[in-house]
Amino acid sequence: MNIYVLLKRTFDTEEKISISNGKIEDEGAEYIINPYDEYAVEEAINLKDAHGGEVTVVTVGDEEAEKQLRTALAMGADKSVLINTEDDLEEGDQYTTVRILEAYFKENEPDIILAGNVAIDEASGQVGPRLAERLDIPFVTTITDISIDGETVNIERDVEGDVEKVETTLPLLVTCQQGLNEPRYPSLPGIMKAKKKPLEEIEIDDLDLEEDDVEAKTKTLEIFLPPEKQAGKIIEGEPDEQVKELVSLLKNESKVL
Amino acid sequence: MSKNILVIAEAKEGELRNVSFEAIALGKTLSEGGEVVATICGEGDLNSMAEELINYGADRAVTVANAELKTYTPEGFTQAYKAVIDQESPDGIVMGHTSIGKDVTPKLASQLETGLISDVTEVEEGDDGFVFTRPIYSGKAFEKKVVTEGVTFVTIRPNNIAALEKDDSRSGDVSSLDVDVQNIRTIIKEVIRKTSEGVDLSEAKVIVAGGRAVKGPEGFEPLQELADELGGAVGASRAACDAGYCDYSLQIGQTGKVVTPDLYIACGISGAIQHLAGMSNSKVIVAINKDPESNIFSIADYGLVGDIFEIVPKLTEEIRNMKVNA
Ligand SMILES: Cc1cc2nc3c(=O)[nH]c(=O)nc-3n(C[C@H](O)[C@H](O)[C@H](O)COP(=O)(O)OP(=O)(O)OC[C@H]3O[C@@H](n4cnc5c(N)ncnc54)[C@H](O)[C@@H]3O)c2cc1C
Ligand SMILES: Cc1cc2nc3c(=O)[nH]c(=O)nc-3n(C[C@H](O)[C@H](O)[C@H](O)COP(=O)(O)OP(=O)(O)OC[C@H]3O[C@@H](n4cnc5c(N)ncnc54)[C@H](O)[C@@H]3O)c2cc1C
Repeated sequence: MNIYVLLKRTFDTEEKISISNGKIEDEGAEYIINPYDEYAVEEAINLKDAHGGEVTVVTVGDEEAEKQLRTALAMGADKSVLINTEDDLEEGDQYTTVRILEAYFKENEPDIILAGNVAIDEASGQVGPRLAERLDIPFVTTITDISIDGETVNIERDVEGDVEKVETTLPLLVTCQQGLNEPRYPSLPGIMKAKKKPLEEIEIDDLDLEEDDVEAKTKTLEIFLPPEKQAGKIIEGEPDEQVKELVSLLKNESKVL
Repeated sequence: MSKNILVIAEAKEGELRNVSFEAIALGKTLSEGGEVVATICGEGDLNSMAEELINYGADRAVTVANAELKTYTPEGFTQAYKAVIDQESPDGIVMGHTSIGKDVTPKLASQLETGLISDVTEVEEGDDGFVFTRPIYSGKAFEKKVVTEGVTFVTIRPNNIAALEKDDSRSGDVSSLDVDVQNIRTIIKEVIRKTSEGVDLSEAKVIVAGGRAVKGPEGFEPLQELADELGGAVGASRAACDAGYCDYSLQIGQTGKVVTPDLYIACGISGAIQHLAGMSNSKVIVAINKDPESNIFSIADYGLVGDIFEIVPKLTEEIRNMKVNA
């Protein structure tokens, strides 16, 4: 089976965020594999173990993403591809990213593409369904279980807490939700092996794309932090007093009661 | 210049979702005096829902009824909405950022070759058209986005943009559109409903949420009583769901529901970033936690250091007394 994973390198949002020159400050910031894409890598490896084939991890980004791609290889993916846009494109949005991925996949024959449900930085959740549409294959989002039997695929998905059982067919795109699996940590031998695994780098020119094809449809004007919240009021005292004061504040100060 | 806006409305268990009315309100703003058309698809008679959409401010409504649209599938609903879009050629499209909205709008936008600004919480007028604000980085930052080319297509986060007052005297044209729904490639075999009846969490005005500290299903009972007293709903952290204290349908956060109530009371929740991503936009946040160093206090407006089992019942009592005295 030709198994592909879409992987995004993201800012670790557990870390403190600051802004300089209108951009999220990335000096000294921690970058990680988008957590939902870790579920995708893990599931891809499980599918390979069950059905054979090869796992290829694909990222649209710049050289910095090599670290996250190596980690995916160390987890057990076979190959990785970095579509490096650094020299060719200044601006982009979800439309751009998907046109690039579309051009890449038109030259390959995926049986299944696993993506994350959402990237924790920009968090639009658009990339998976958008790409499936361009490739004219079915998609199922927020999956928590998958089993493949020949061409038939049975999936459980999380719909606001309800469980939906879906049947569909390959080729297919899915987006992974928490609960699908427990991603493994790369093992030491895994890390050693990953160094020798292929990390292919391609550019826009290598794909059948003109710059006009990928022009973004939206633009970010400004990034800002929420207004500094006044330090909350800690209500002291015995439980009875605490509760009285809270109710009075909710009623008279914030007027929500 | 006035514009024509299409609002894609959504129903759950036969009831229109509040976020659809909020979408109409945004549609009105974006239309600048143009026409707001609402569409609803499903099975059977959709006329009363169409009328309700008009009561909430739509000028017209278009229904698409088809047995294949009984439950949501990406292909079925995309075909229905695409037919409406082809008929109406809107300048803008607005839908709720709900599980259906998140699923169908990227597919539609991809088909239409347009941009899509997802999970919008605010809109303002800028020099070159409307500017949309959306939370990013798990709610730790915000961005302002504009559409640079093509249709203005946005989804809105529930409970952030106020719906218009319902006006039962409003009337407008309701038309139906026949769509030949075909080639559905994902077949829903079964839906296991976990969602409890009652208030929809994403639309609740008050939420009382419990974390790992509730210690068991019984631990949610005092929280439920408080929620009932406040006319709100109960929510939970991932840890509480994982431990089996409550159902995943109550989960709030990045992988659960994203909520923006007027009042959020976090009971024994530590305040992990994935939880905050789902509730940090709440208007007023109260935290009850026995650990004064707990991260939840960093975003709380009011913090009570103490034991939830002691404080929550007293709080319910105090609110009950307040109401009696009022
Ligand atoms: C040339 C270029 C310039 C850009 N410039 C900017 C910029 O200035 N500011 C800015 O904020 N964004 C920029 N972007 C990024 C773009 O706006 C989106 O962030 C990106 O397309 C993903 O959107 P998202 O974060 O909403 O992902 P979501 O749709 O939430 O991601 C869902 C899933 O899609 C997959 N996925 C998402 N992104 C990628 C990727 N890049 N590679 C592989 N798989 C992926 C992952 O599986 C992920 O879990 C640029 C993109 C390009 C191509
Ligand atoms: C990819 C990913 C996605 C995730 N998505 C979500 C999500 O959507 N939603 C979510 O909630 N989490 C999510 N998580 C999990 C998240 O990281 C935390 O593990 C979780 O939120 C912790 O839940 P908690 O605060 O209830 O538990 P804990 O962190 O264990 O906190 C319990 C708190 O209760 C306090 N306490 C204990 N006893 C009492 C008492 N008697 N009275 C008062 N206080 C008491 C303690 O001081 C502590 O602060 C996600 C994690 C990952 C990796």
